[in-house]
Amino acid sequence: MKVVIVRESRADERRVAATPDTVSRLTKKLGFEVSVEAGAGTAAGFSDAAFAEAGASIAPSGPASWDADVVLKVNPPTLAEVDQLRPGATLLSFIWPGRSPELVEKLKARNITAFGMDAVPRVSRAQKMDALSSMANISGYRAVTEAANLFGRFFTGQMTAAGKVPPAKVLIIGAGVAGLAAIGTARGLGAIVRAFDTRPAVKEQVESMGAEFLELQFKEDGTGEGGYAKTMSAEFIAAEMALFLAQAKEVDVIITTALIPGKPAPKLITEEMVRAMRPGSVVMDLAAEAGGNCELTKPGSVVTEHGVHICGYLDLPSRLAPTASQLYGMNLVHFLTDLGGAQKWNVNLSDEVLRGALITHQGEVLWPPPRIEHPKETGKEATAIAVVPPPSAEELSRKKAKRSAAVLLGLFALLILVGLGAPPAFVGHLTVFVLACFVGWQVVWSVTAALHTPLMSVTNAISGIIIVGGMLQVSGPLSSPVTILGAAAILLSTINIAGGFLVTSRMLKMFTK
Amino acid sequence: MPPTLTTVSYLFAGVLFILSLGGLSNQETARRGNLYGILGMGLAILVTALSSQVTGYQVLIPVVLLGAAIGAILAARVAMTSMPELVAVLHSFVGAAAVLVGIASYLDTSVQFSGSELVIHEVEVFIGVFIGAVTFTGSVVAFGKLRGVLSSKALLLPGRNWWNVAMIGVCAYLGYQFVGQPDHGGMPQLMIMTGIASVFGVLMVMAIGGADMPVVVSMLNSYSGWAASAAGFMLSNDLLIITGALVGSSGAILSYIMCAAMNRSFFNVIFGSFGATAKGPQKAQAEQGEITSVSAEDTASLLKDAGSVVIIPGYGMAVAQAQYPLFEVVKTLRDKGVEVRFAIHPVAGRLPGHMNVLLAEAKVPYDIVLEMEEINEDFPATDVVLVIGANDIVNPGALDDPGSPIYGMPVLECWKAKQTIVMKRSMGSGYAGVDNPLFFKSNNDMLFGDAKKTIEAVLGALRG
Repeated sequence: MKVVIVRESRADERRVAATPDTVSRLTKKLGFEVSVEAGAGTAAGFSDAAFAEAGASIAPSGPASWDADVVLKVNPPTLAEVDQLRPGATLLSFIWPGRSPELVEKLKARNITAFGMDAVPRVSRAQKMDALSSMANISGYRAVTEAANLFGRFFTGQMTAAGKVPPAKVLIIGAGVAGLAAIGTARGLGAIVRAFDTRPAVKEQVESMGAEFLELQFKEDGTGEGGYAKTMSAEFIAAEMALFLAQAKEVDVIITTALIPGKPAPKLITEEMVRAMRPGSVVMDLAAEAGGNCELTKPGSVVTEHGVHICGYLDLPSRLAPTASQLYGMNLVHFLTDLGGAQKWNVNLSDEVLRGALITHQGEVLWPPPRIEHPKETGKEATAIAVVPPPSAEELSRKKAKRSAAVLLGLFALLILVGLGAPPAFVGHLTVFVLACFVGWQVVWSVTAALHTPLMSVTNAISGIIIVGGMLQVSGPLSSPVTILGAAAILLSTINIAGGFLVTSRMLKMFTK
Repeated sequence: MPPTLTTVSYLFAGVLFILSLGGLSNQETARRGNLYGILGMGLAILVTALSSQVTGYQVLIPVVLLGAAIGAILAARVAMTSMPELVAVLHSFVGAAAVLVGIASYLDTSVQFSGSELVIHEVEVFIGVFIGAVTFTGSVVAFGKLRGVLSSKALLLPGRNWWNVAMIGVCAYLGYQFVGQPDHGGMPQLMIMTGIASVFGVLMVMAIGGADMPVVVSMLNSYSGWAASAAGFMLSNDLLIITGALVGSSGAILSYIMCAAMNRSFFNVIFGSFGATAKGPQKAQAEQGEITSVSAEDTASLLKDAGSVVIIPGYGMAVAQAQYPLFEVVKTLRDKGVEVRFAIHPVAGRLPGHMNVLLAEAKVPYDIVLEMEEINEDFPATDVVLVIGANDIVNPGALDDPGSPIYGMPVLECWKAKQTIVMKRSMGSGYAGVDNPLFFKSNNDMLFGDAKKTIEAVLGALRG
């Protein structure tokens, strides 16, 4: 089977769908015959010679070079380019079917098997083919370096002989792949980083990257489909905007990455907030392609409004072309591996990942794929621990109630028996005894665990009250056994009383805040 | 002093004792609670001394002074790590006093009973002496075990539960004979029963292993209370009854709390010794893996770079007296901005709350010392967990291995943290004889050596 890597036609696109490294994987591991359109890798720094060395043949640049079984590309083909595809061929590239229905129609008409790398389902198994994550990671990194470039000061704080430079404060809105990558990069440069996201689940990830997670005093879970966020309620947005305005006054760099699938990007940074920022500050808008998170963003360029640089570059991954090409190329290699390679090529429609990415096939539009229920947190392993299901709280409390009713009933019956037979003096003592037990029971439950040892030594001292028993017995003749026994009892219990109370107070003195 | 005045004074002393226990419910009021206890006791002794029944001051005063002096010396000298022993030996005193008071009360002819009152009085004496004797010898054995004079291993006689039943049966029969004997003729029965009860107390505590000591000590605490209460019944003294009941129920609650913390029933602890109930530790279940060990220097740098650290102390820390250098480590880390907290398992150590006392002794502020329920859910967000001389209370097998003898016991879920470091003398298994899968986890490192020396080495590396 012949695979061709074609040249990107979009202006200022530097990426290419393969690198010499991935080409050698395609030829050696997967058994494809690989051809590269002349000049395809030049902008990314890969020469035709390097591709040839990796085992590819170089096809002269032009429409004829597209003639192959499989075409690998980065950007969606233009409508004209679709005509260059061999009918029935397979295409792997970004397609964005939602944005251009005409392209999908055209692919269908030409009987192309088209896989959209942007449509790969975001499940654990497909992570190695997730080109969106690869590119988002690069965007996040590049956003910080671009911002650092536009920003006129250090990111890291420094104490120099010539004076002190404070560290830059960076706010990152949206902690997806790009946001997290941006956090890591900004932290690496030494900035103080804060991040905000509507999905509470990402708090841990944000904190693990070393940023502070900003929270609203407002409870609403923004977790939507496939790991993205959903649109929030009006009250939530109001609270969120107030937070951003307060932050805008403080921070030097804002990086926004908030995207909601299939909708224009939410406007999070208003002109008012931009005005609140210090002159020289930077807003990096990673959602520029979907209209931008900042009201003043001009997609594709940098503008300076109210002294603040607002950057709406659309081609951040392309600005890191060698790395972006390598990662995207590897995503394609993994995808082609799942398709079976050259020998076992099979477009398996029951494979969840392939089916999800399939846009058109055999003259039919297969996008969007049928819905499959996924656990909410994709990519996170669920730890399954076999536990015997505990009885429900209700059941437990019913059981408890039954038991305590039985105990009370039994106690009452016992007391009636005692009341029938015992002399009044004993009943009086019994009353005191039972009530004291209950008082002790109630009082001791409230003792904090940290004080169990002092509690024990104090009760110990108190139980030395048995001294009273001894005292009542020492008033007879000195030599009588009763007096001697009583005196011994007094001695023992006094040791107890003195020792218990003193050691308790010694311990309690140590408990300090 | 009129008897009614004595009675109301006793009532007030009882109220003071209740306030005393209530005061101990938190650290802020605990000292006041102790003071209430001292006041109550002083009042009770004073009122008793002034009552018309007491005239033997020539005996009373020297004996009280002597006892107070001995007690004060004991209290001043005891090391905090020896608290369990002191508590145990004090329990034995109460038990012995109860036996003496009981026998004296039987011999005492100054108070005459008749009819059903006599029967009840004799029954009270008999029961009071029985409880006192069990408390006495049981506490002495507990003291020996805690002190290390006796082996802390559980000593199990074959068919010992039958022996126990037989002993209680014989005591009951002796009691039947004892009641109703004219002219204090029941002395032989009373003495034989005391002997049997003493043996019973010894065997009961002998059969209990080291890690169950918190339960036993609090159980003996409870018994000493019941013994005082029984003495109150036989002397018709309400103050003794009230106080004994307070102490008895307090000890019972503590035992219950300890048992719940080990997910075992009280009867299982007392009568079914450990390992006898679980059908042998299923070692095969434990997945053996690689053990990685780490040096004190690496531990120090891990701790220094962490954002949050949780320390889990166990009995090993108490044995090595490592709490002082440990607090120096904590202070150093806190100065560097690391959040350090302690996690205390309810049955860590040999006495309820033992770890808290040791940490307090080393001046660790109590607001960074947290209980299991307070801290368990914080582990996933914790960078480094330092386990010092603890084993079973951090065993993941308690949650996920139904074959484990400690399955179902609530444990500190420290393995959920990013990194755990276990300080241990060797690879020996804990009290329960169960392998600890924690040691084999990939995010765990072992730091072998004596806890005190290792912590001092960590401290040196932190400061250096």
